[in-house]
Amino acid sequence: MLTAALNIAIAAVLLAMLLSLWRLLRGPAPEDRVLALDTLYINTIALVLMLSIRFDSRLYFEAALLIAMTGFVGTIALAKYLLRGNLMD
Amino acid sequence: MSLLLIALLPFLCIPLPLLAVHYGRTACAWVTALGPAIALALLLGSAPTVFGGETVTVAWSWLPVLGLELAFVLDGYSLLFAALILGIGLLIILYARYYLSESDPMGRFYAMLLAFMGAMLGIVLSNNLILMVIFWELTSISSFLLIGYWRHLAEARQGARMALTITGAGGLCLLAGVLLLGEIVGSYELTTVLDSGELIRAHPLYELTLVLILLGAFTKSAQVPFHFWLPHAMAAPTPVSAYLHSATMVKAGVFLLARLFPALAGSDLWFFLVSGVGLATLVFGAYGALFKDDLKGLLAYSTISHLGLITLLFGLGTPAGAVAGVFHIINHATFKASLFMSAGIIDHEAGTRDIRRLGGLRHKMPHTMWLATIAAASMAGVPLLNGFISKEMFFAEVVVESERLGAAGWLLPAVATLGGLLSAAYSIRFVHDVFFGDSRESLPKEPHEPPRYMRVPVEVLIGICVAVGVAPALVIGPVLDVAMAGVLRGEVPYYSLALWHGFKLPLFMSVIALGGGLLLYLWRDRAEALHERVFPAITGKGTFEAVLAGAVALSRGITRAFDNGSVQRNLAWLLTAAIVLGGYGLWTGGYSVGDAHQTPAPWAAFGIWAMLLAAMTALVVLHRNRLIALILVGVAGLLSAVTFIYISAPDLALTQLSVEVVSVILLLMALRLLPEHTPRESSAGRRLRDGALAVLGGGGVAAAAYAVMTQPFTTISDYHLVNSVPGGGGSNVVNVILVDFRGFDTFGEITVLGIAAACVFALLAQGASATESAHRESNHPLMLLVGSRVMLPMMVAVALYIFLRGHNLPGGGFIAGLVATVALVTQYMASGIHWSERRFTGSYFPVIGWGLLIAGATGVVSWLFGAPFLTSAYTYVDWPVLGHFEIASAMAFDLGVFLTVVGAVVLMLANLGKQPAHGDKEESSWSS
Repeated sequence: MLTAALNIAIAAVLLAMLLSLWRLLRGPAPEDRVLALDTLYINTIALVLMLSIRFDSRLYFEAALLIAMTGFVGTIALAKYLLRGNLMD
Repeated sequence: MSLLLIALLPFLCIPLPLLAVHYGRTACAWVTALGPAIALALLLGSAPTVFGGETVTVAWSWLPVLGLELAFVLDGYSLLFAALILGIGLLIILYARYYLSESDPMGRFYAMLLAFMGAMLGIVLSNNLILMVIFWELTSISSFLLIGYWRHLAEARQGARMALTITGAGGLCLLAGVLLLGEIVGSYELTTVLDSGELIRAHPLYELTLVLILLGAFTKSAQVPFHFWLPHAMAAPTPVSAYLHSATMVKAGVFLLARLFPALAGSDLWFFLVSGVGLATLVFGAYGALFKDDLKGLLAYSTISHLGLITLLFGLGTPAGAVAGVFHIINHATFKASLFMSAGIIDHEAGTRDIRRLGGLRHKMPHTMWLATIAAASMAGVPLLNGFISKEMFFAEVVVESERLGAAGWLLPAVATLGGLLSAAYSIRFVHDVFFGDSRESLPKEPHEPPRYMRVPVEVLIGICVAVGVAPALVIGPVLDVAMAGVLRGEVPYYSLALWHGFKLPLFMSVIALGGGLLLYLWRDRAEALHERVFPAITGKGTFEAVLAGAVALSRGITRAFDNGSVQRNLAWLLTAAIVLGGYGLWTGGYSVGDAHQTPAPWAAFGIWAMLLAAMTALVVLHRNRLIALILVGVAGLLSAVTFIYISAPDLALTQLSVEVVSVILLLMALRLLPEHTPRESSAGRRLRDGALAVLGGGGVAAAAYAVMTQPFTTISDYHLVNSVPGGGGSNVVNVILVDFRGFDTFGEITVLGIAAACVFALLAQGASATESAHRESNHPLMLLVGSRVMLPMMVAVALYIFLRGHNLPGGGFIAGLVATVALVTQYMASGIHWSERRFTGSYFPVIGWGLLIAGATGVVSWLFGAPFLTSAYTYVDWPVLGHFEIASAMAFDLGVFLTVVGAVVLMLANLGKQPAHGDKEESSWSS
């Protein structure tokens, strides 16, 4: 039962990632692409966590933690670039 | 043991002047003198042993495989030289205290002087040939720093570079020669080599060895045709010239000639090469000195000439010649150092050292006049001074040895007399043109006597000159005896230190030299006119620069043939080479796929890989828009990390993720300096070529990887998996490899990282605008500002967590360092550079430094337990509250890695952030 639910959820998240990628490639505005990348990161967190439940391993949790962190910072950097053209001022 | 201390004390004392300079200049000089004074006291303490006929040696094994030992020897000869180096060194320290002005960084000067002193002591005390070459090169480097001390002066920098090039190249020749010598003898121990003279001279490689070693000695002692670096080295402060370029460093060459005398001298080749070069240098230097208008230039050429004289004496190859040579080394050191210091006093007090502008200083500086006159008289060879006695010995030796030349026998004494004559002429010029004649009104400064203690060093040396000159047998006889016993290793021939030898040829030569010198000085105007007509202006410097420019052009031409600065071309060469080599392997070996067990992949993994492929295909199509390209690279990084997680490589995944975000930040900062779109620059044919290369290269690697991974094979992983816990005390093999199995590699890598950060800082320092971000302070988006500050402690906690668990579970110092870096950089982005720098730290260099220090110290500690560098140890402790846990020394090493990574990466990113971008340029030009 759990396995089936997980499979469906993983498939759904994969589909979401695919759609994020589509938006990322299509744009049209740079902001769209940045948002798409951020969404891709969030979807990836979900995917990694579900995989860790699926394979019953705790080693994946730190990776999810780090994806959350780096995704946030990467988005800040891109947003700052679009806003100012300058990351640090 | 005290011998080792003597040799190393100057090095150990290098930090002292740098610290003491904050307590005043006099304190700095006192503290600097401390080390050499103790070393001199220790040296004199060992003197009775040496005078008793013993040779003191100490040795520690350093790199036994290479024959390198930390071995020192103290015999009469090295005792004499060490005493000269330390004694004159102390006088120079006193002199420099008054010579250097308020604005000169005194601590740096004294520190470099001590480094030089240590290197020079090392040369004369080494009992191992390779060790001696190491010290030899150290003198080249420290003299480079000392000549270039006034680094704002172009001529100082050029002179320093020239001296380093010439003496450094000579040092390399010396190294080659010494290696040959060691191979011939079968030992690098100096005392063994010196006792194998017969063997060496009979060996077929003797000629080559001799020439290489002589190249080292001649470049160091400024012999023709390598002499020209010495006059240009006069751009150094005068204490340096007095010390290095008269008393010590240039003496290293002739020191070596005497030191290796028993091993190398005695062949015809030695005689012709060494005495020929010496003779040429003697005359050439003396002639050059005659027409120099710069006081120090005159002294430099005169030094060249006297070094030629000494070389000539050793070149004769007779024990008596060697006695005269060593004696003249002592005498020259005393009178030339005092002349240099006098020239420095004149320069210091009159503001110029141009002979044409000076004159009549006898009224203003009577005391200095007496000192300089006595020293110059000694240089000219006037009786009752030490220069006279060694010059008489020189003449006598030349007369005796002239028989060896047969019919041309008159040549040697004649040329020697000519050298003496020129020497007398320039000595008279030095004194007369400066102190006598009319007073000049237009001097830059009103000349007066120097401070009392600036004269003391000169007075001491002059005192020695006179004492040796009046009563040589009494004052210097015993010293010379014991020194010669060291040089000749045994019997010292009979020689006479008497003042009066009767009416013989040498006396007449002296009379001719002094009288002729006076006449030449009186007719100097005519001589100068002749000189200018006969000798066109070919300078050593011009030739040197032409040769250098030629060498640079040649190597640039060779490089350009392969690499014209185009990355595409570079990569094309690289890929073509790889494809050709791989193709050759495929052609000869064939391609086969094994049937090893293949892990089935679930459909989710295929989904990820499909997306990865799609993103990369899109990257190829869209790469001309740089921002899209960057975002797509980010996607690739993320999906690769997911792949790593899936195939159970969590360490790789964590590293990939943290490197990814740092790269994105770095590239974004570069992006703002670049145009938005990459222009289309390559022709269609070239794109086709590059595409083909890319497909072949990538496809080839994929095919090769597939072939390898399907074959059954054993990996090196097993060893690491088995030994990780018992050997390294950690169950995370990746981390144990980094901090233990390959700890030395990691140590090297973090060192490189630190250096790279310093280089980036230095390169960016020029462009960095002192970002006046105060006015933008309120401009940071509030949401981001607050959000990022809330995130900071959480991110740091994550970093700590990853660091602490790293030894046993995925994580470690490197990843934790990157996470902490990201945490800090986020604050830079959200709140601005100004805000962050005020709160974090003034400079990241100490962070890098502490990181390296901790990592290095961890390695060194294992020495204390008799284990090799970086051996790790671990233990388990029970601590109240915290419970049972492990402490591993690798943890401290990992802390070093952590700190270095944080310091280096934040330093680089923050300084890149300070660069003015396109839009900022106008603004910064307003503010600056």
